[in-house]
Amino acid sequence: MSEATIVVDGLRKRFGSTQALDGMTFTVQPGRITGFIGPNGAGKSTTMRVILGLDRPDSGAALVGGQPYRTLRRPLCHLGSLLDAAALQPSRTARNHLLWIAHSQGLGARRVDAVIEEAGLQGVARRAAGGFSLGMRQRLGIAMALLGDPPMLMLDEPFNGMDPEGIIWMRGFLRSLARQGRAVLVSSHLMSELQDAASQVVIVGRGRVLADTAVADLLRTSSSLEEAYLKLTRDAVEYRAANGTEAAR
Amino acid sequence: MTGFGRLTRTEWTKFRTVRGRLAAMLVAGGVILGLALSPMSGTCTRDTCGQPVGPEGEQVRDSFYFLHQPLTGDGAITARLTSMTGLLPPEPGSASEDDERAAIGPGGSGGMRPGLVPWAKAGLIVKDGTGQGTTYAAVMATGGHGVRMQHDYVHDRAGQPGAVSDTAPRWLRLTRDGDTITGEESTDGVIWTTVGAAELDGLPATVRIGLFVTSPQHVEALGAAGSASAPTVAAATFDAITRTGAGAGPGWSGEAIGEPPGTPEQERGRHEPAGDGFVLTGSGDIAPAVAGAAGLGVSVTQTLAGTFAGLVLVVVVGTVFMTGEYRRGMIRTTLAASPRRGRMLLAKAVVVGGVTFVVGLVSAAAAVTIGRESLLDNGVYVLPVSTPTAWRMIVGTGALLAVAAVLALGIGAMLRRSAGAITAVIVLTVLPYLLALTVLPATAGQWLLRVTPAAAFAVQQSAKQYAQVENLYTPAGGYFPLPWWAGFAVLCLWAGAALAGAGVLLRRRDA
Repeated sequence: MSEATIVVDGLRKRFGSTQALDGMTFTVQPGRITGFIGPNGAGKSTTMRVILGLDRPDSGAALVGGQPYRTLRRPLCHLGSLLDAAALQPSRTARNHLLWIAHSQGLGARRVDAVIEEAGLQGVARRAAGGFSLGMRQRLGIAMALLGDPPMLMLDEPFNGMDPEGIIWMRGFLRSLARQGRAVLVSSHLMSELQDAASQVVIVGRGRVLADTAVADLLRTSSSLEEAYLKLTRDAVEYRAANGTEAAR
Repeated sequence: MTGFGRLTRTEWTKFRTVRGRLAAMLVAGGVILGLALSPMSGTCTRDTCGQPVGPEGEQVRDSFYFLHQPLTGDGAITARLTSMTGLLPPEPGSASEDDERAAIGPGGSGGMRPGLVPWAKAGLIVKDGTGQGTTYAAVMATGGHGVRMQHDYVHDRAGQPGAVSDTAPRWLRLTRDGDTITGEESTDGVIWTTVGAAELDGLPATVRIGLFVTSPQHVEALGAAGSASAPTVAAATFDAITRTGAGAGPGWSGEAIGEPPGTPEQERGRHEPAGDGFVLTGSGDIAPAVAGAAGLGVSVTQTLAGTFAGLVLVVVVGTVFMTGEYRRGMIRTTLAASPRRGRMLLAKAVVVGGVTFVVGLVSAAAAVTIGRESLLDNGVYVLPVSTPTAWRMIVGTGALLAVAAVLALGIGAMLRRSAGAITAVIVLTVLPYLLALTVLPATAGQWLLRVTPAAAFAVQQSAKQYAQVENLYTPAGGYFPLPWWAGFAVLCLWAGAALAGAGVLLRRRDA
């Protein structure tokens, strides 16, 4: 699994007057969970879109297992991703949603049923996904990311909208994926969750990496990941004073 | 499975797992079929409204006044035409203009006004007997198209232009030599010019030869879509009649070929002696049958009148198949799964085009079959259509809907928003057709049906357009300005351009 790394190298991208990415550089290693954290507008989602070939960077490159994502023949068998759990056709059933994605990778219905079980969706798989709570949609998104049994995973805010039980399930599930040797990149605002799950964090602000370090090292200098994060991003966030309580949750 | 096969299967799974899309396609087919059951009604029965069939298999009109003698073997007839006059129906203003489609029938026997329709015909004819639809060749003067040589209903050749009067008489001669009939004209009876020659295969040894006069329906547009048509009468004076060949003699038989019973007195065919010649009066036409104002009944195209309504649904489905991806950000999932964007777009086009084609083909086949029966049951005469033409209409309707759906997909991909894209596609495809059929003046409507994607409705034309038959060749009557293949090509160009534009934008834009 040595080539199962996501390499982000010097990404720059400008949207109008906003420099969304300003030399974003980091590597996601296999066998562990890498937390991807930063305030809103720091460039997390843009980075993920560039990795998936959805957005084109002005400069720099992102490689998935050594290759640009757009050149992969069965991309979901290399990198499973969850960007937006709400991106569903509401009248389509969960199973059919997974089925078309499976067909796009040359996979069949048997694989669909397997990931439905892994994500704990057996009871609702034949219901229209439009009626799902956000937590259920996150599970469906996880199932989608797992369809191709990929060595790399990339999840944007997977804890969003989950109840405490769901958060515990998700945390355990991500740990098991990392234990299987997969590279897992997880963005989140829930610092305490990452403290328990991630072994590496990439902290970003204003389109670039502020810190790329092991969680253990961070905790040596700060009492919590929360505190370390606030310290590092102080300069990168203009509006934190007004929104402080919310950001700290 | 190849990469593209996988993509197509993916898009098909996507298409079929949204119930509304399949339902909309079925409704589109149902609407096409439902509107084939037209509320039109008429007074024809299956027996009364048949028209004679010409030697080349097409339906024809064959009504005229015929003053004839037998001719056995080779021979000729020569005559001088010194006048051509006629009667037209009363001004349409005096009839009820409110009638959307004026009745085909006598336009009031009283108030006919003098005048000659352009295709009023008077001249010499050789014909296989006096039955309707038999082979013939004729040389004639016309009301507005000069001298013509015509044969077997569909063939027409122009001679010298100009109208006939006593100061400008016209000499005509028709000669049989075996199966070849030659028509000549002259202004002085001395210097002759050949107008044309016709080969009439299988012409029997003994035929009828003589003088004829006929005058087709007068057709007038009422507003943009309405029309009025009524019979006209022509009278022509012939003298200096000479005959050669076996059967010639002083005796002539007069006969109003194909005159319907109950024809008003002044429209009835007749002949009177005048000096050393005759005045012949006749009404009708010797020409191919057409549908619409100047003809009888409608063409099979009428049965596909519901296509535009099906098209509305089909382009909505085609558009939303793409814009739906953008509505909730699903496009990112789609492109994460299939990063090759141009191929993804093509796969979508194959799926939406394929499904639409099947639905369109089946519903058009049913509409033509059931719609035709329904019209006949309602007493509306339906001009028959050859099997290849029927298939072209049915397959063409499926293809028209399919390519329009692909056009909608392309525009949806470019605009990304359902409301704007659906509006754009309907304005491009359905609206020009509806406007051309209803409110637009003929020239504007025909222009729209040349340049917009709606040009492809030409695949549904079933009746032929003839220069030698005055008619309202309008879209409402089932006549389109472009040949079917050219109209379809116009739609294909639009769809190709939309797909190409969509491909470029998809590749260039961030998702």
